[in-house]
Amino acid sequence: MHEYSLVQALLQRVETEARARNASAVHRITVCIGPLAGVERELFATAYQLCRPGTLCHDAELAITGEEIMWCCNACGATIPEGSVLTCPTCGWPARLVGGDALTLERIELEVPHDV
Amino acid sequence: MCDVCGCGDPKVVPVEVHERLLSGNDRTAAHNRAHFHEHGVVAINLMGSPGAGKTAILEATARACGASRRLTAITGDLETERDAVRLRAAGIPAAAITTGSACHLDAEMVHHALHADGAHADYLFIENVGNLVCPAIYDLGQAVNVVALSVTEGEDKPLKYPIMFRRADLVLLTKIDLLPALPEFDRAAVEDALAHVMPVPRMIAVSARSGAGVGEWVEWIGRLERPALRSGTHHAMS
Repeated sequence: MHEYSLVQALLQRVETEARARNASAVHRITVCIGPLAGVERELFATAYQLCRPGTLCHDAELAITGEEIMWCCNACGATIPEGSVLTCPTCGWPARLVGGDALTLERIELEVPHDV
Repeated sequence: MCDVCGCGDPKVVPVEVHERLLSGNDRTAAHNRAHFHEHGVVAINLMGSPGAGKTAILEATARACGASRRLTAITGDLETERDAVRLRAAGIPAAAITTGSACHLDAEMVHHALHADGAHADYLFIENVGNLVCPAIYDLGQAVNVVALSVTEGEDKPLKYPIMFRRADLVLLTKIDLLPALPEFDRAAVEDALAHVMPVPRMIAVSARSGAGVGEWVEWIGRLERPALRSGTHHAMS
């Protein structure tokens, strides 16, 4: 249930950015959660709904994007299919995760005064 | 157009961030790591299910090491200091972090514990909250991750909790003294499951009760590179 503490960290980060830019509100937040991030997307979205009232994000839409799991051989770069033994069948080298564990704040869309 | 002052309506400005949600934790973890380096401490993040035998392994480690190595520990549990009390009785100075409802330790909690008790030892074991999910995603500043998996948990645990095992540098297969009562246990199946989730699968089978395998485990931690002490920091190691 670490999704709640992650959402708290997200809201703090967004508020810092919003205040620095004199934003009146937050329009949308985009986060990327990979399948190996260790974070449940639906739980994260639920935690966001519960935590956002009373913050600058109270009307902000949360968009969650993802990325595919990708393992590659550390030596020859060949793709190692997810679900197989994580050793390159050609070189015998261990695989390296190159995608799938993202847990990032990608973008914030802020509402700022038009003419300041 | 705004009716009051004539200014324009707010405009939507996109701000590209591309920053890890755990960047705050990562910064504190880097601070902890620098502290360990400065004091020549090898920090080991010990994770596993509740009841996997994490505390018992550390007790056995203390027995095996005797006075040859200075061990210390931080234990994490939702409530009670019981694990820390056990470790102190085994000769390991231990600080307890009670997390309340938090299911994992984070770098800030470890940082506070270090401020309270320091880490004046060769090895610091951070016994994480018993949980095969959340602790895996929080960097604490450790040198290595070790996951305890007991023989009664099922051979397919690594496949069910790949995120935890993917980050493990070593898996300790614990409670092997129970194997006579578990004729169906298939060690090869555990090794096969680990090969599917750990890029470099390493496993040592141990029994805290009989001491089997504990020597191999102690040799493994002995091979971990100790950060070189900076001159002038020796006084902090006393």
